[in-house]
Amino acid sequence: MSPPPVVHAVNLVKIYQNGGVPVPAVRGVDLRVEAGQFVAITGPSGSGKSTLVHMLGGLDTRTSGEIWLDGKRADTLGESAWALLRRQKIGFVFQFFNLVANMTVADNVELPALLAGASAREARERREHLLGELGLTDRADASPAQLAGGEQQRVALARALANRPSLLLADEPTGNLDSRNTRDVLRLLGEVHRDGQTVILVTHDARVASLADRVVSLLDGEIVDDGFIGATRRRPRGTAGDVVELRG
Amino acid sequence: MRLSLLALLAKEPAHGYELKQALEQIFGSAYPPPNIGQIYVTLGRLEKDGLVRAVDVEQSNRPNKKVYYLTAAGRDALDAWVDEPTEGPRVRDEFFMKLVLAPMTGIADRMALINRQRRHYLGLMRDLNELADRTDREDYVALLLIEGAMLHLQADLDWLERCQEDLS
Ligand SMILES: Nc1ncnc2c1ncn2[C@@H]1O[C@H](COP(=O)(O)OP(=O)(O)O)[C@@H](O)[C@H]1O
Ligand SMILES: [Mg+2]
Repeated sequence: MSPPPVVHAVNLVKIYQNGGVPVPAVRGVDLRVEAGQFVAITGPSGSGKSTLVHMLGGLDTRTSGEIWLDGKRADTLGESAWALLRRQKIGFVFQFFNLVANMTVADNVELPALLAGASAREARERREHLLGELGLTDRADASPAQLAGGEQQRVALARALANRPSLLLADEPTGNLDSRNTRDVLRLLGEVHRDGQTVILVTHDARVASLADRVVSLLDGEIVDDGFIGATRRRPRGTAGDVVELRG
Repeated sequence: MRLSLLALLAKEPAHGYELKQALEQIFGSAYPPPNIGQIYVTLGRLEKDGLVRAVDVEQSNRPNKKVYYLTAAGRDALDAWVDEPTEGPRVRDEFFMKLVLAPMTGIADRMALINRQRRHYLGLMRDLNELADRTDREDYVALLLIEGAMLHLQADLDWLERCQEDLS
């Protein structure tokens, strides 16, 4: 028997109450993600992307429907059980970073690894590797408030990857980055994907989305497209001079 | 190519082969270098239009070579080209035409059209990513060109999203 999907959402619904007015944010999403898959979620602002990944990470409760993680029912878990699950196997990158303000960058990144039971040395080595990959080595002793938005965002990614989660959930992890920093993030995500970790990532950035195996498009809280990125008819023959042709 | 040759000649007089080498050196892989034949044909036309002039320079043991230099009219043409803003990117888009006309064909549903187009653009973006990875880090001219293509593609995708919101 093949292993159960890492994530399986069944008819997932989220309706917020906004001053007594129901706001349907996610309207019956079915999503099955197999181990090692890299899924990009795209869609216009307000289409329910953040709400969906928050529910998948147990950071927001569902209104109805089911969430199964590694074959186990998860939507019925309480907050502490979700917290344990996240510590053990889910890395989450928030759209607005959520770094711990009174801890250094280094401590922010090491904390999840330590909580997950890594030794101090393992946690430090992992932190050094991640900050290095993201060009943040010299910011290790800074506090989050001293960082630019793009730096905070990369720290948030490093933190989410600190305990090598089998599932990475990321909400617009390159939203505040310039193109060079986006390249660093892309390289790291490529590494994570090659290592076999499962990635579900909300993004508006087509460079990031094009790295995924599969793209899910949301519109008004529903999936309107779900499929693999096809090979283009014309492969680039090798130089930038062909770019114009490539787009033709 | 006419204007890039004029620009190179504004720096210093040169013969055809030197111009080819200069283009290769400046643009690297960003623009495929024209072959020497095309360069001579273009120089001939520029000469006929009075924008460049050629002088024969004797060489020992070899046939004379023609060295080209810019005329005053050539200088004016170059200045005019540099000074005027360059056309923006196309706004008429074949896909958009398909999208608007789709209901009239009776076959295509717009949502399906948009979804297919999105996947295609993402496939192109993946090609560009791979191309950028293969391009020499020092080749700034080529990397900037690739990045330009990526940004255009991103705009196309954003526009597609707008179409999906408003047309479906
Ligand atoms: N906490 C909340 N309370 C009320 N409405 C919310 C809340 N969070 C999100 N929404 C609404 O739910 C919809 C989807 O939001 P969101 O998931 O943030 O979309 P996206 O991430 O795709 O931009 C939007 O209409 C948004 O206004
Ligand atoms: Mg969001």
